[in-house]
Amino acid sequence: MSIHVKGAVLPDGSNRDLFIDNGVFVDAAPAGATVIDASGLLALPGLVDLHTHLREPGFEQSETVLTGSRAAAAGGYTAVFAMANTMPVQDTAGVVEQVQSLGERHGYVTVRPIGAVTAGLAGERLAEIGAMAQSRAQVRVFSDDGHCVHDALLMRRALEYVKTFGGVVAQHAQEPRLTVGAQLNEGALSGELGLVGWPAVAEESIIARDVLLAHHVGARLHVCHISTAGSVEVIRWAKARGVDVTAEVTPHHLLLTEELARGYDARFKVNPPLRRDEDVHALRAALADGTIDIVATDHAPHPLEAKDCAWDEAANGMVGLESALSVVHAAVVESGQLNWSDVARVMSSRPAEIGLLDGYAAPFAVGSPAHLTLYDTAATRTFAVEDLRGKSVNSPYLGRTLPGRVVATLHRGQPTVLEGELVPADVVAAGDRG
Amino acid sequence: MRHLLSTRDLRRDEVVALLDIAEDMADVSGREIKKLPALRGKTVVNLFFEDSTRTRVSFEVAAKRLSADVINFSAKGSSVSKGESLKDTAQTLAAMGADAVVIRHGASGAPRVLADSGWIDAGIVNAGDGTHEHPTQALLDAFTIRKRLHGVASRGRGLDGVAVTIVGDILHSRVARSNVWLLTTLGAHVSLVAPATLLPVDTRHWPVTVGYDLDIAIDSAPDVVMMLRIQSERMNAAFFPNAREYSREWGLGDDRVDRLPAASMVMHPGPMNRGLEISAAAADSVQSTVLEQVANGVSIRMAVLYSLLAGSDS
Amino acid sequence: MTARSVLQQADIARALTRISHEILESNRGSSDLVLLGIPTRGVILARRIAGILDSIEPGSGTVGSLDVTMYRDDLAKNPTRAPSPTDIPAGGIDGKTVILVDDVLYSGRTIRAALDALSDLGRPRAVRLAALVDRGHRELPIRADFVGKNLPTSTDERINVRLLETDGEEGVTIQ
Repeated sequence: MSIHVKGAVLPDGSNRDLFIDNGVFVDAAPAGATVIDASGLLALPGLVDLHTHLREPGFEQSETVLTGSRAAAAGGYTAVFAMANTMPVQDTAGVVEQVQSLGERHGYVTVRPIGAVTAGLAGERLAEIGAMAQSRAQVRVFSDDGHCVHDALLMRRALEYVKTFGGVVAQHAQEPRLTVGAQLNEGALSGELGLVGWPAVAEESIIARDVLLAHHVGARLHVCHISTAGSVEVIRWAKARGVDVTAEVTPHHLLLTEELARGYDARFKVNPPLRRDEDVHALRAALADGTIDIVATDHAPHPLEAKDCAWDEAANGMVGLESALSVVHAAVVESGQLNWSDVARVMSSRPAEIGLLDGYAAPFAVGSPAHLTLYDTAATRTFAVEDLRGKSVNSPYLGRTLPGRVVATLHRGQPTVLEGELVPADVVAAGDRG
Repeated sequence: MRHLLSTRDLRRDEVVALLDIAEDMADVSGREIKKLPALRGKTVVNLFFEDSTRTRVSFEVAAKRLSADVINFSAKGSSVSKGESLKDTAQTLAAMGADAVVIRHGASGAPRVLADSGWIDAGIVNAGDGTHEHPTQALLDAFTIRKRLHGVASRGRGLDGVAVTIVGDILHSRVARSNVWLLTTLGAHVSLVAPATLLPVDTRHWPVTVGYDLDIAIDSAPDVVMMLRIQSERMNAAFFPNAREYSREWGLGDDRVDRLPAASMVMHPGPMNRGLEISAAAADSVQSTVLEQVANGVSIRMAVLYSLLAGSDS
Repeated sequence: MTARSVLQQADIARALTRISHEILESNRGSSDLVLLGIPTRGVILARRIAGILDSIEPGSGTVGSLDVTMYRDDLAKNPTRAPSPTDIPAGGIDGKTVILVDDVLYSGRTIRAALDALSDLGRPRAVRLAALVDRGHRELPIRADFVGKNLPTSTDERINVRLLETDGEEGVTIQ
């Protein structure tokens, strides 16, 4: 399939046509190329999410590899890293290969499974990291996300052992004893609402320990979803010392604050919790100055009943793939803190680099895989259930006005979204194989 | 009034009006025929996900004195203890035609979720949610204080200038939270006394003063000392070393009661741990309002149910 | 719409004096009389009648108030009404002659509620009714024993009773 993308604006502001043939960018229009009119649209490299929960196998009532891939494509993504907390857990070669092949079969996005650090996410002994790294899935990112690898010795061993296979540990930083039963950011509001507090120090103390450990053993560390101003300070300090650490922030921690919990609406319950206004501003500034490397969604689908209940009883998590680009647009582009080249870096090339995913280093360059997102920066929309393309609707943005709209997504040259609508699954699956 | 979820939502004039209605209800409780026809044909459901015989019975008596039909839907032995969700329970009650739901729930905010959900159209009364609020307890405490201070001349008055010290497990106490908002709305000065482990981490925006030393608080001669119950599970979670030390530092023992002015009130929401947060002598002293609080609970709950259900504005 | 004065201060005083005499006459001495005013203005009228009774026969004017809010049949049709205090004199009402006092007698529904409220409080020997104004349009089989003034009205007219104690001025108008 050959495509001529006409009149797009690139992240650097330049204006040029893009030509695609056989899944890669080429330097001239192939004969008979399909024309996509992109005049006035922004062309971004296909987005990469280092932190997605696809829920399959085991929790198919919330999401499957197919539905999550479609949500990702609708949000402008061409690659997602699937977290390990499935059932069975992605802690063996067999499970990660299964997830990988489901992704390949559907073709909406590249699905890269993340391997568990510890067997069964139990935090007691290492999972078969070598087997997963050397499997057909070639796992490079390892995480117990949802659980913190809190045992200091086990974390040290994990950092060292993963280094052996050229991978990285992505830590969910949460000191478990300080967060027993935690429901909401610990502060004035948690005290008033009578919800058990989730103190910032429970995140910051683990990050501080882990950067020192990573430095000591000479390993690379990635910190998931940092949420506090204090975490930003620790990461900044570690980077200044030369620690090989990278950090991510979620779109929701860039836009939303704990105040939303005041009505006990469980759509706003997430782990780590929404924080204070000061934290949101520190996170935005840190993303702008490079202290935080990337934006990752922590897309966490849950069935209706997991949110239609009292706050304490509700599940943690929000869906985020479909809204991420618009939320980043609203939080840091409209404020002038990031330009579109920065967005391309924090949502595509840098997450690919951290996750050791090929094909994203030289976007739009001739010979590079044609991963592409066309985005209408001038659009605004009231975000609604119809904008959600996964299986679950636990979005905190429903009813909120958000800027921008993904018009088209191309994964390896295959359109997965055209004119704002998902391309049918059979078309995508057939195209990808061809 | 559509719902009673939190005392923070209440304006001073609303509170005074409720307390005044409770005065009328208290008069009825003193009569031979303790019944009014005001809520004839209305159905009040007591939905108790947590056991609390005292509060449930108090609401039940209140509803019955107003001639409402009462359905008790308690956790033990019913579907709610078998994992049925709040949503399913609420929809069931809606189908039964409940006009008001009095809810006690272990999760903070559950009454608010019920009120906002659209699952049920009934008026919702928060009868204690998690570690959040217990509005009718605070109302009955305010009523009790006002009645002791002003007697038959209570109607129309607030609690301006009254000094109230609340002592104990503020962090986990829904009674403390509801009282902080309600008593200060009525003009009282509220101070909190507890070990730092049992105070919320950030009370800067609360309209109260906070201290750690009960003796200093006692010697400031407060009008009211309100003791909170210490739950036994706190003792095993490192909030304080043991019962003996807690009792010595923050218990209202005989010597501390003796130092209180004779006109000061000693309050406790019950049930009491005699010998832990309050000595037997303090609990039974003339300063103690414990039994008045129980009696006034019925009057306050009658006033709340009347305000929620009697008019067409509900 | 303009208001037309139908009773002035002196008229009200005269009416209450006449009612007081009628009460005494029909009860041949008043040792067992209990006057119960229906809030708000009925209570004031009851106190005034009691004062007059007392000046004619000292010790004859036992007075209190009877709130009927909780007994109304239209509670659910109106915004929530705040009840008023009920104040029954120390001797109670058992075996007494209770004179209910209200400012305006109209549909009779308030008096129906008052009779229900009374029956929860005790068993009077007899219950009588005094009203400053009877404007007709009864919806229940109730009539007043003592009336200050009969005022034929249409249902779309409003009767306003204003008393010094509650309104700072005195008079009855129709509009």
